[in-house]
Amino acid sequence: MRISGWGQSGEAREVGFTFNGQALRGRDGEPLAAALLANGIHLVGRSFKYHRPRGILTAGSEEPNALVTLGEGAQQEPNVRATTLPLFEGLSARSQNCWPSVGFDVMALNDLAAPFLGAGFYYKTFMWPAEFWERLYEPLIRRAAGLGALSGAPDDAAYEKAFGFCDLLVVGAGPAGLMAALTAARAGLDVILCDEDVTPGGRLQSERDTIADAPAQAWIDATVAELDSCDNVRRMARTTVTGVYDQGTYAALEMVPQSSGRAGRACFWRLMAKRAILATGALERPIAFANNDRPGIMMAGAVRSYLNRWGVAPGERVSVFANNDHAHRTARDLVAAGVHVAAVIDSRHDAPQSDLFRVIRGATVCNASGRRRLESITLRSVGGEEKLQTDCLAMSGGWNPTLHLTCHLNARPRWRRDLACFIPEPDAVPGLDPAGACRGRFSTAQALQDGADAALRALKALGKSAGPADVPKAEADSYGIQPLWSVPGRGRAWVDFQNDVTVKDICQSAAENFRSVEHMKRYTTQGMATDQGKSSNVVALAVLAEATDRSIAETGTTTFRPPFVPVALGAMGAGATGMGFAPRRMLSSHQVAEERGATMMEVGLWYRASYFPKPGETSWRQSCDREVGYVRNAVGIADVSTLGKIDIQGPDAARLLEYVYVNRFSKLAPGRVRYGLMLREDGFVMDDGTTACLGENHYVMTTTTAAAGQAMAHLEFVTQVLQPQWNVRISSVTEQWAQFSIAGPKARALLQDLAGAGFVPSDWPFMSCGQLQLGDVMARLFRISFSGEEAYELAVPSRYGESLFRLLLERAEAVGGGPYGLEALNVLRLEKGFLTHAEINGTASLHDLGLEEMMNPDAPCVGQVMAGREGLVARDRMRLVGIRPTDPGERLSAGAHLFDPDDSVERKNDQGYVTSVGHSPTLGHMIGLALIKSGPDRIGDPIRMVDHTAGLDVICDIVEPVFFDPEGERARG
Amino acid sequence: MVELSAKTPCADLLPLTVGALTLSEVAPTVMTTLSPYEGCRDALSAALEARYGLRWPKPNRSTAKAGVRLLWFGRDMALLSGAAPDRGLSDHAALVDQSDGWAVVQLSGAGAEDALARLCPVDLRPSVFKRGHTARCDLRHMMASITRLGPASFQIMVFRSMAETLVEDVKTAMEAVAARG
Repeated sequence: MRISGWGQSGEAREVGFTFNGQALRGRDGEPLAAALLANGIHLVGRSFKYHRPRGILTAGSEEPNALVTLGEGAQQEPNVRATTLPLFEGLSARSQNCWPSVGFDVMALNDLAAPFLGAGFYYKTFMWPAEFWERLYEPLIRRAAGLGALSGAPDDAAYEKAFGFCDLLVVGAGPAGLMAALTAARAGLDVILCDEDVTPGGRLQSERDTIADAPAQAWIDATVAELDSCDNVRRMARTTVTGVYDQGTYAALEMVPQSSGRAGRACFWRLMAKRAILATGALERPIAFANNDRPGIMMAGAVRSYLNRWGVAPGERVSVFANNDHAHRTARDLVAAGVHVAAVIDSRHDAPQSDLFRVIRGATVCNASGRRRLESITLRSVGGEEKLQTDCLAMSGGWNPTLHLTCHLNARPRWRRDLACFIPEPDAVPGLDPAGACRGRFSTAQALQDGADAALRALKALGKSAGPADVPKAEADSYGIQPLWSVPGRGRAWVDFQNDVTVKDICQSAAENFRSVEHMKRYTTQGMATDQGKSSNVVALAVLAEATDRSIAETGTTTFRPPFVPVALGAMGAGATGMGFAPRRMLSSHQVAEERGATMMEVGLWYRASYFPKPGETSWRQSCDREVGYVRNAVGIADVSTLGKIDIQGPDAARLLEYVYVNRFSKLAPGRVRYGLMLREDGFVMDDGTTACLGENHYVMTTTTAAAGQAMAHLEFVTQVLQPQWNVRISSVTEQWAQFSIAGPKARALLQDLAGAGFVPSDWPFMSCGQLQLGDVMARLFRISFSGEEAYELAVPSRYGESLFRLLLERAEAVGGGPYGLEALNVLRLEKGFLTHAEINGTASLHDLGLEEMMNPDAPCVGQVMAGREGLVARDRMRLVGIRPTDPGERLSAGAHLFDPDDSVERKNDQGYVTSVGHSPTLGHMIGLALIKSGPDRIGDPIRMVDHTAGLDVICDIVEPVFFDPEGERARG
Repeated sequence: MVELSAKTPCADLLPLTVGALTLSEVAPTVMTTLSPYEGCRDALSAALEARYGLRWPKPNRSTAKAGVRLLWFGRDMALLSGAAPDRGLSDHAALVDQSDGWAVVQLSGAGAEDALARLCPVDLRPSVFKRGHTARCDLRHMMASITRLGPASFQIMVFRSMAETLVEDVKTAMEAVAARG
């Protein structure tokens, strides 16, 4: 029921929305819960286990009941709290966990079966036969229970993440938070003020307090205006601080209004603060009594929020049930707004009386009736039981300070008996100072003073001086709480509304000796729903304390963990879905390759051409065979810029090379290139590549594409840690140079054509390097070969890469050659038995690869000693050989395991595995490399290759790993 | 005679304006990393001062004069840009040409810091990260160099090959800032 002219939020424009398909009207920006109550709707959802009708309990993010689902398909968002969801034109929400409708829910039959469904019931009942649990019982129970569901489609909503920095983080913009932010801002601190609400003011927005003798809203407006005018203040609305981490790092979730066009749904912040003030206020707790979950039974503070802030009365005949003075405000405000108050039932015998409404002292509410909406309550006092007609009951069992964040680094709160609540220990989180209601300072006057004091402490800690803060006068009303946790009696009294946990369940837990609060939590599932027990935790442990004859302080709390409110995983990983998963590294030749229809392959982060299909080719094999032919018969061009290139300079450069490579490097002359192998410290092979000597004390090392980063990190490690005294400098030049392989019998002619008289073939013997003038550009030329043909690698500064690639292709195509991709590159190197990281796979030693001869025993190198371990040089290790199918028509597959032909295909008979395969058009059959036990000793033997995934079972011959031109005549030219 | 034509890393991608923010490619210039040899830093600094009027930068700082900039670029490394290095410098340091190794862009306009706050985990507040201050940090998943050029202007550098991802990521952040109004 809307009360015209009432409500501090002002009169916003009307908007249309739908709830469960019903078209309704509400006010722009008010919470969905307020709009529903204004339309007389109390029944919002069904409970988790018993499918009990549920209404709206609170007016904040702690809401356990009023959860709705928004959106459809991939955009479907379940478990949205109606109490914090701002209304906008066209919003469409629906109830969840009910079928066919929230009003008539078939699964409500569960409620009749309640005696069988208490805590621990199905653990004990659905145990036999054992396999039925996973197959039958659990799926059935899961289907019956639960909250909202995800759509199953990937969430395509845009999320953001961001980083923020400040001197002082203030969490909460209620009276304490605003006062703290104001005090700190005036003293010049960089302040971030986060509040989970849309508008600042916190609890003040829901009360009719005065500050400095004027309505509190005037003070809020003035304070916020001043804060907003400060350059050193960043005010973040709709932003909940969800977690506390080390060294002043805080996680925060900023909800972005759904109506704001292109912006993402939420932004996940990492805030770094030198100091922080916690001003999160307090959450009101319910009282457990029979049927206290009826729609229409709400928190007393929430009733004031809907009334005073949004101008909505949740009932026409409201009653109040409380154990403290604060709740009497609810009755006072309702009367002031012209709403009938049936009675205030106060468990205290000395509760204050009132002229405005009936106060029943020393009484409790022991039952409630009305299935879809509260109709009446039953009071119990010394005079006996009495039934009272009411359509809304505002209850208050007192306030729990919102101290969750102070426990995120594992501190435990302290019980304050006089206030019947936990408060945070000082320094529970280093640098985080609680102020106001979150440490039990419940009155507005106390909160303002506490906020100012905390800010002054922060200023002092940061070395800033400031005079005493100007704290305005405000209400300092009494609280007067006397504990009341549950009302004894028959019927189920709810403690955890969201997970359907009752007083009886907790007593049952204690009776079965699950007496520790952590055991009770797991036995009953109390506090394990999406609200994380914000309303129920303290009541539950108080009930447990009573059931186990201990004090609340002895019983203690469960562990508070982040996040404080649910955070979509999509928000934490914002931007990293799909192509955002990793950066894409593009070659300078990328566009040319695309123009030619090249199929791209991801190699690490690089995108490389896999093959360049020609019209009429129907499979990649045809393209690959043709491209291999270019290199063997004419000339092929490939972009090899992805290989790591490391510039090494300095007087000790040669020593470094000698130290990281197993083979001799100290005598490498300028203008010469050498192949090298490097080991990890444990003696296994790390990487291979060539290093060119460009001049005195100046080298460029190439690494494989796969290990470029690893090799660079290795050199950093060697130069920073192992040999820091060496005078040598390294830097990556991978990106600086675009480098192209020009390979094939016509490579020489092509270079002559390209460089003219500047290129004299006789000046470029195998394994030479030097500079080559190409027009205005000074290029680098290396006579090296990864294909076994006469080949060159030509490098130019990357800006010229695209242009050079085009020129090379033009010339190659004129002589019957063309571009070749990774597939052809792989076949070419396989035919020659050259290695890649398929063979250098981290388990292979020099000995395994047949390269032990390369080790220079006269100079120490990284991994040398470890490489000599017996286990790394044993003859029966898996060692490199070639394989080919005995029947040339058969297929090979990489990764397939190998067995002796007479053995059964079992793990214990495993002889090794195939590392790489390819179809050699040169030889007319498939070839492969493999690591086989005692491999080189078994050349000529048959071996059986089995690949269950590809359905292959092929007899192969073990052969030498070099298939083509074993003498290397062609490469030397 | 063969003629090679040059193409900058962001040639087909920039400039780009979203709301109040503009992302543009910085005109290419000679860029050289300087890594002083053992015990040569002071001599290098003196040589740089004599030649360009610029001293060796402290960590996270850069200096600039007459179009030449000396940017701290990592441990014992600075990037000299805007001028070809004097040959004599190689007596004191390893010189490596990096003119083509990096995509260099400039993000300008009100809210530039808000866009970068969505990309980089470093404190870029004007009171902390002043004009000429520089950082090597990640930009989303890329290793970057960020330098403040002015009150609302930053230079961003990532590996040349990542230019496309850089533009996409910064554009997304620019749009997010613009959408907030």
